[in-house]
Amino acid sequence: MKVMNMVGAINDALDIKLKEDKNVVVFGEDVGVEGGVFRVTENLQKKYGADRVFDSPLAESGIVGTAIGMSIAGLRPVVEMQFCGFIYPAMNQIISHASRMRNRSRGKLETPMVIRMPYGGGINALEHHSESMEALFGHIPGLKVIAPSTPHDAKGMLIAAIESNDTILYMEPKRIYRAIKQEVSEEKFTIELGKANVITQGKDVTIVSFGAMIREVQKAMVMAKEQGISIELIDLRSIYPIDRETIRNSVKKTGRIITVTEGPKSFGLGAEIAQIAIEEAFLSLEAPPARVSGYDVIVPLPKGEHHYMQDAYKILYEIEKIVKY
Amino acid sequence: MFNEYNPINKLMFQVIDNDGKVIDKKLMPKVNDERVLKAYKDMLFARTADLQIVSYQRQGRIFTYPPNYGQEAISGATAVIIEEKDWLVPAFREMGAMLAKGVTLKELFLLFMGYEDGNAYKNANKVLPISVPIASQMLHASGIGYEIKYNKKKELVYGFVGDGGTSEGDFHEALNFAGVWKVPVIFIIQNNQYGISTPTRMQTASESLAIKAIAYGVKGIKVDGNDFFAVLRALEEAKKVCENGEGPVLIEAVTYRKGAHTTSDDPTKYRTKEEEEEWDKKDPLKRLKQYLIDKKLWSDKEEEKIIEDFKKEVDRQFIEAENYSEYKPEDIFKYMYSEMPQELKDQEHRLKEFYRWKEERVSQTIKK
Repeated sequence: MKVMNMVGAINDALDIKLKEDKNVVVFGEDVGVEGGVFRVTENLQKKYGADRVFDSPLAESGIVGTAIGMSIAGLRPVVEMQFCGFIYPAMNQIISHASRMRNRSRGKLETPMVIRMPYGGGINALEHHSESMEALFGHIPGLKVIAPSTPHDAKGMLIAAIESNDTILYMEPKRIYRAIKQEVSEEKFTIELGKANVITQGKDVTIVSFGAMIREVQKAMVMAKEQGISIELIDLRSIYPIDRETIRNSVKKTGRIITVTEGPKSFGLGAEIAQIAIEEAFLSLEAPPARVSGYDVIVPLPKGEHHYMQDAYKILYEIEKIVKY
Repeated sequence: MFNEYNPINKLMFQVIDNDGKVIDKKLMPKVNDERVLKAYKDMLFARTADLQIVSYQRQGRIFTYPPNYGQEAISGATAVIIEEKDWLVPAFREMGAMLAKGVTLKELFLLFMGYEDGNAYKNANKVLPISVPIASQMLHASGIGYEIKYNKKKELVYGFVGDGGTSEGDFHEALNFAGVWKVPVIFIIQNNQYGISTPTRMQTASESLAIKAIAYGVKGIKVDGNDFFAVLRALEEAKKVCENGEGPVLIEAVTYRKGAHTTSDDPTKYRTKEEEEEWDKKDPLKRLKQYLIDKKLWSDKEEEKIIEDFKKEVDRQFIEAENYSEYKPEDIFKYMYSEMPQELKDQEHRLKEFYRWKEERVSQTIKK
């Protein structure tokens, strides 16, 4: 075991896969010599050479498009989008090809690749650096979308993603890149994709969240506990596919559900999860599903961002409302 | 050759003239008579199939189809040079090259009849399905090129795009990435003068499309795309460049789409009869046929006979495709992921439950 933050855990996962599988290549903007703007790929080029870990031209469609070709030919590329907000030029390649090549060719061609990208707000950044567009990606058939919330999960989920034969969008909560440290095994391990994680058992309210918001929920839970409210916290881990079973079992027990997500409210992940709760546990519900989410606005620049962001008090506000319903 | 025909010199490489006469013997590609004759027959087969497919479409037996008519020499020459080990990354007017790689006409029919199974290419490897989003496939060619270089393989990628595709960002990114990586990819632009209705002069202010190669630091050449020998020779030279690790190469093959963009398009709206007649004189099959007749390798009589055989073969494969098995509900789900997620299993189940209900419901209605 070794104490790691998320950046270190992701680096470790890449290191392990680069070492054991020659087909794994890592590329993107500034990931080689510099080791990425967040240093996630630090030292990997030194260790594995510039034909396996390298800087690409500055073009997101080019990065994803060429990774598709590489993966069809047998490599397992792990590419980095420097920020979530820079992925849009690559959307055509993701939607039109990466997510469809298997279906289009009736399973003859596969695109085993991982698209890593830091997402989410709270880091005092410029425009386009703070978005959380998981719903946009979750709506693309053929794509898997995952997001870790701890260094341990980050490592196990990334190794599983690289070993998967599907195209996986791996969303990294950059706000907690270095904020959380924990003991992580230095050995290789994987975490099954598509399964949610019940972080805390509880009996009054289910809260479903993922990524950087887990920490905010945990802060709210401390305050709720003081009032005697017991929360069951589910870390989704996988945005697509969603683990319906874990949500169902929890809501049947608690009868109340709140979703906490960073993305815009309308057509968001919260609505999808609420519908799952209604379909799967309608008769157990004691209150309408509630959501804490972003607003249908552009993430404000740093001086206004606190209005947009979800924090422990916004979550506590909804907890108090739902138990009094 | 790439020096002499550097696109900056504004030359177009030609080997035979409009009457099939060799302009300069030194320019001929390395290909024997027998192979030329086979290439001609293959081009003729593609044209026969093409014309027949358009008539099937008119009879409502197949959906929208993009004909190759008039552009057969480009695929025809590619078919001669491409090997089993090489990759083909088509746009959507490369029938001849696809058939050469082992894709069957029946599979192409299946696709245009509405079955993804037509993209599964049972007997062909290293062929990507035709790509509908224009120019997006070029990046896949660059990526495959990277894998070839990375694993030090002796393979090549033949990647296609049309003139309209050169306006897309992915055209630029593909050439740029391939140029930086120096990967063995031959990019072939089929400049057939139109992107649906928009003429090439409205796609770019560049002097040519080949000249774009210079900005990417790669070799480029403009060839007469209706001259089978010119295309083949250019491909031969491009192959050498790639094999020497100096790829990629950009070839602009100047041609003319004699048919419509697809069967849904009406070219009379945007081009003149005079223009079409002018290009008829440069028809790729007409020129190659004359060359073969002059060499006493072919005759009108043989051609008439073989076209009849081809028509029968096209018909046979078409009817096979028409009798293809039913599209089952599970087929829409099962190829989405390497392992089907529970969510999709549930959705498949729901669809089948619905069909069971509907069948019962409809039969009850009939009984009443």
